Amino acid sequence: MAENNPFPGENNTGHVWDGNLRELKNPPPRWWMLAFWASIAFWIGYAILYPMWPVGQEPTQGVLGWSQMKEYQEGLDQMVARRARFEDQLAAMTPAQIIEDPGLKQYTLAAAKVLFGDNCRACHGTGGAGNPGFPVLADDDWIYGGTTVKIQESIVGGRQPAMTAHEKTLTPAEADTLAKWVVQMNETVGKGGSDEGWALYKTKGCTACHGEKANGHVVDLPSGDFVTVGAANLTDGIWRFEPGGYDSARHTILYGVNQAGVTQTRNAVMPVWGPDPARQGQAKLSAEEIKKLVVYVHELGGGY
Amino acid sequence: MSTSNVIPGSAAVDALYDEAEHWHVNTGNASIHAKRLHGRWRTIKWASAGVWLIFFLGPYLRWDERQAVLFDIPNRQYHLFGVTVLPQDFWMLSLLLLFFAILLAVATALAGRVWCGFFCFQTVWTDVFTWIEERLEGPPPQRRKLDAAPLTRDKLRLKATKHGIWLAIGFFTGFSFVSWFTPAPSLWLEFFSGQANGAVYITVALFTVGTYLLAGFLREQVCFWLCPYARIQGVMLDKTTLVPTYDERRGEPRGRFEKGEGAQQRTFGDCVDCKQCVAVCPTGIDIRGGQQEGCITCALCIDACDEVMDKVGRPRGLVRYASLDELEGKAARPLLKRPRVWVYSAILLLALSGILHGLSSLDALDLKILHERAPLFVTLGDGSVQNRYTLKVLNKMPEPLMVRISVTGPPGLTLVGADAPVSVHEGGVTAAGVFVKVPKKNLTQEQAPIRFRVEAVRPNGQVIASERTSVFVGPPR
Repeated sequence: MAENNPFPGENNTGHVWDGNLRELKNPPPRWWMLAFWASIAFWIGYAILYPMWPVGQEPTQGVLGWSQMKEYQEGLDQMVARRARFEDQLAAMTPAQIIEDPGLKQYTLAAAKVLFGDNCRACHGTGGAGNPGFPVLADDDWIYGGTTVKIQESIVGGRQPAMTAHEKTLTPAEADTLAKWVVQMNETVGKGGSDEGWALYKTKGCTACHGEKANGHVVDLPSGDFVTVGAANLTDGIWRFEPGGYDSARHTILYGVNQAGVTQTRNAVMPVWGPDPARQGQAKLSAEEIKKLVVYVHELGGGY
Repeated sequence: MSTSNVIPGSAAVDALYDEAEHWHVNTGNASIHAKRLHGRWRTIKWASAGVWLIFFLGPYLRWDERQAVLFDIPNRQYHLFGVTVLPQDFWMLSLLLLFFAILLAVATALAGRVWCGFFCFQTVWTDVFTWIEERLEGPPPQRRKLDAAPLTRDKLRLKATKHGIWLAIGFFTGFSFVSWFTPAPSLWLEFFSGQANGAVYITVALFTVGTYLLAGFLREQVCFWLCPYARIQGVMLDKTTLVPTYDERRGEPRGRFEKGEGAQQRTFGDCVDCKQCVAVCPTGIDIRGGQQEGCITCALCIDACDEVMDKVGRPRGLVRYASLDELEGKAARPLLKRPRVWVYSAILLLALSGILHGLSSLDALDLKILHERAPLFVTLGDGSVQNRYTLKVLNKMPEPLMVRISVTGPPGLTLVGADAPVSVHEGGVTAAGVFVKVPKKNLTQEQAPIRFRVEAVRPNGQVIASERTSVFVGPPR
């Protein structure tokens, strides 16, 4: 072929098409070839050391025994080990004790923020800001009590209050008077309810749940604690059900709360987060997680 | 010229033509060996390159028992003479960068690539490297001959010496760089006793190799093909910018200078086509082609051309600092009538005053307020409105401090959670969560200003404080 090469001396392969189209021998630069072979060598080394070939069900494992899951687990273990210093202390403490320790409190709040976001925020809102129908946790109005013990009770056992629907037991005029009275009570923080309203409140059996003082306390105990069935405090400036005001109050009076068979009834259920008899004693949150949430909720702004 | 009948030194001109065949425009396939001449711009170039001595000697300046300028990265403290800057004050860095970026732009707009030609480390280091090369191996023709010659003991000795010196300069470049970030005197001790940080060795090694390769081998190719600035300058220059330029009207048509030729007999323009401007160009371009990306405006061709003009008895300045307007015969616009000058100066002034303001108002305590957003406010049982704030207190003093928090704002407010002072360790930030309660009737607007104050007493009795305004949010009106 070389003897009848029409383009001699230009470093071609001797392959010529159409009389002048020919293939030249221009090798890639040396450094490029070195890098090319080095990358192949790397690939072979990688195939030996790391999982690579998809053979059968599982790929080849590689002589290093590395796996992504193992690396993840190691990272997780490191994190747990780093947190152990705090977690060990928390295990032996009550939420009230944790709040007293600035360092542990800081740690607990940071940890609980995630728990709150995962489990509580859907109803109670970011930062406990509340949602229509779901209580604000950042204020100081606690139907069931705002101490760490009471908050813990609420989370562990859940809460499911009930209020009778008064649609059939009250005349429209009576419902109207009571609703107006509730609004007056709210606006004056319990000081300005009409006598007419008070009279109805006491005779229609409201005191059984909302208490003599209408503050939601059925019995005030000498210890400062109180007994409640979960009825709202009517003497503060906070509405249990949004948006508040006359229509909203009247609606609650007429249709009650959690009344089976009453279609317009208010729903107010706090689920059980601790050991749940309905789920064979299984708990959605561990005792440690609940403890952290208690601290978090207590510190949102209104705990006492 | 009155000297038109004088026959200029033609022997010297002949010598230039003899060597002219060696000078080629840079096409990137051969190393540039530029000729070195003495001259005004050469002197200026050395002087401006001397600015870089600060880079080598600066770390040894002392201030108050410590290094005057030290960027202490592990401790996140930046000492500038009497001032210590913490990362929180780093917004000043952006102003500093703005300042230098605009300075670059203004210098380029007024006088071309002043940075490239006179100050750029690539140019300066390359200049020093080639100076050493010339000291050791002689002028360009000898260097070319040596490069082509077979390896002998003499060549090996020369080359080894040159590369040794180059590497040594590279090493001191890296070492000096590191000295700005770690105390210089102890660095000497630690470095050579093998006790310095691994990062120090790696940095010095990278700088040594980088300097050696960039200034020793890549040289002008960096300006041509690595540095983006060569490409941006096109938008920075305008017709009023002063740049080293070849006066085409005067020079063309170029032609060989004939022996004994006076101005009367010359049929060509003033350019005698001796290629001296190409010979001295460190990037190997022909300035007679006009302004181009390869021109770093070092003005060495001006020196070369002036020398030739003297020899052939023509006025200097065939290649000179001139604007395109000037070459086209237009009147040069006065400096103060150019909008660029005003805009650039305004930005420079703005950045500079920002930095000065920052440096002069460095508080001993720094306060940041984060107003809780979820919820923005909470109505409490007694009808008052509560807002939650996170206060971040930074202590820039060298000792731990107990910081007291106070607040002024809407009437009747109560501050909750700030009874005890907050402890903040030196150089550290402590976050404190506080609540502010205001009776609803006292809120006249949806958002009321509220001012927090943090105060601490230093061990020497000095009271230091910082204040910051935030907002108190209430229900919509």
